[in-house]
Amino acid sequence: MNSAKQHGFDIRERIRRLYIVNPESKRIIERIAKLAQQLGSDVKIMNFCGTHEWTISHYGIRTVIPRNVDLVAGPGCPVCITPGLYVEELIRLSFEGFTILTYGDAFRLPARPTASIKSLAEAKARGGDVVVVYSFFDAIKLARSNPGRKYIFFAIGFETTMPCTAEPLVKDRVPKNLMILSAYRFTPPIMRWLLESERDVEIHGVIAPGHVSSIIGASAWSFLVERYSIPTVVAGFEPVDILLAIVFILHQLVHRKPRLINEYVRVVRDEGNTYVRKLISEVYDVVDAYWRGVGIVPESGAALKHRYSEFDAQYQLGLREPSVVDDIMPGCRCRDVILGKVKPVECPHFMKTCRPNAPYGPCMVGSEGTCRIWAENLPQILNEVAI
Amino acid sequence: MMPVCLGVPAKVIEIRRDGEMRIAVVEMGGITLEVLLTLGEEVKPGDYVIVHAGIAISKIDDAELESILKLWKEVIEGNSTV
Repeated sequence: MNSAKQHGFDIRERIRRLYIVNPESKRIIERIAKLAQQLGSDVKIMNFCGTHEWTISHYGIRTVIPRNVDLVAGPGCPVCITPGLYVEELIRLSFEGFTILTYGDAFRLPARPTASIKSLAEAKARGGDVVVVYSFFDAIKLARSNPGRKYIFFAIGFETTMPCTAEPLVKDRVPKNLMILSAYRFTPPIMRWLLESERDVEIHGVIAPGHVSSIIGASAWSFLVERYSIPTVVAGFEPVDILLAIVFILHQLVHRKPRLINEYVRVVRDEGNTYVRKLISEVYDVVDAYWRGVGIVPESGAALKHRYSEFDAQYQLGLREPSVVDDIMPGCRCRDVILGKVKPVECPHFMKTCRPNAPYGPCMVGSEGTCRIWAENLPQILNEVAI
Repeated sequence: MMPVCLGVPAKVIEIRRDGEMRIAVVEMGGITLEVLLTLGEEVKPGDYVIVHAGIAISKIDDAELESILKLWKEVIEGNSTV
C-alpha cells in the first residue's frame, strides 16, 4: 500500500510537516545539549558537503549547540577543488576557436593569470568565447544548433554531475562538435585521503553528503565506520536533518557504538542509484587525480574511457594535467579550509581582499564554497564568534 | 543562476524522449525546465524528484520514512542504545 495514502496527505505535505514545520527541533536541540554534556570532551563533526555548510551557517545551527561540539566544513565543494590549470587551458582555448561551455559557478573561478586573464569571466570580457550553461543537456542543444562551431564543456563536479555527460554518451546523443573536459572527482577517496594523510585533523563524526549518496549509496560511506570507527550520518539539507545528524552522532559517541545511519531515507537508498553507478563505470575510468591545493588523491578522478576519446578534450587537444600544488594564491588558506583545519575567519584575506564580489581564492567563488557561505551569512557567523 | 552542486526538489510534469534518452519536464519553484531522467526505476508524472545540474538523480519516496522516525523518537527520548 502506498504509504502516503496511509497518512492521508501527499508526500510533499508529509515531508514539509516533518522536516520544515517540524515541531520537534527544540527537543532535538535539548537532547544534543544533554549528550554533549555527557560526553564532556570536545567533539569535531565534519560536514562534507557545501550545501550542508550552507544550512548550518544560514540557520545559525552553531549558535544553538554547545560549544564543545564543533562543526567543520569539509572538501565537498566541487568548484573549490577544481584544478586551476584546467581554467588556464580553457582560457587559452577560448581565444583559439573553441566555445567554452561552463556552469555559472566555474565562470569566475580564479587561476594563475594567463596574459593577465585569470578566469573564464575575464576571458569573455576580453573577447574570449565563453558561454554559461545550466546543464550538459543545454550544451548538447547549443552544439546541435550550431554545427559549424567547436564546443568544449567544462565538466566539473562530484558523482551527482557525472551522469549528465555519461547518459548522452552511452545513448549516442552527443554531437561531434562538442568535447568534454572531465574534471570530475569522486568523493569517498578524498575522505579516505584526509584521514590517512592529514593525521592532525581529528574527526569524531561525519555528516556525509546527501545527494552524492543518492548516486553512490549510503553504504559507500561504511568504510568510515569499519576502518576508522567514525560515526557517520548521511543527511538531508533541512535544518532538522542537520540537527538529527548531530544528535545521532553524539548518541553513538556516548554509547561508543559507531555506525552508519541513513537519515535522508526519503531520497537516499543504501545501494544508491544503480542505473547511474553502472552508467558512470561504463563511461569513465577511475584515475588518480589532482585536487586544487591538495595534491594527487589516489583513484579520485574520472577520465573518459578510450572508446569515447573523440569527445575527450584532454586526449584530443593534449591538455596538460595538473600534478603539483601551485594553484593556491599567496596567503590564501583555502587548502586548510577545505581540509577542515581552519575556519574562513582565520584567513587574512577573508572579507578584506577576498569577498563575494571580488573573490581571491576558490572557496569564495561558488555557492558551495565555505568562505562564500560564511561571507553571505556573516551576521550568524559573527554571532557564533562573539558567543 | 543555478549553482552546479545543488539538489532541488521538483515535480515531474511530463516525460519525453530524445533518441534513447529520457527527458523529464519538471516544475521547480514556479519554473519549468527539461532535465535528463537517469533513474532506473519508473518515474511518473506527478512524482517528486531531486534535480541536480540538469539531471533527475533520485525519486523522493516516503516508503522508508518509518524506520528513521522510529530511531529519531528513540534517540530523542534517550531510550535507545542503538
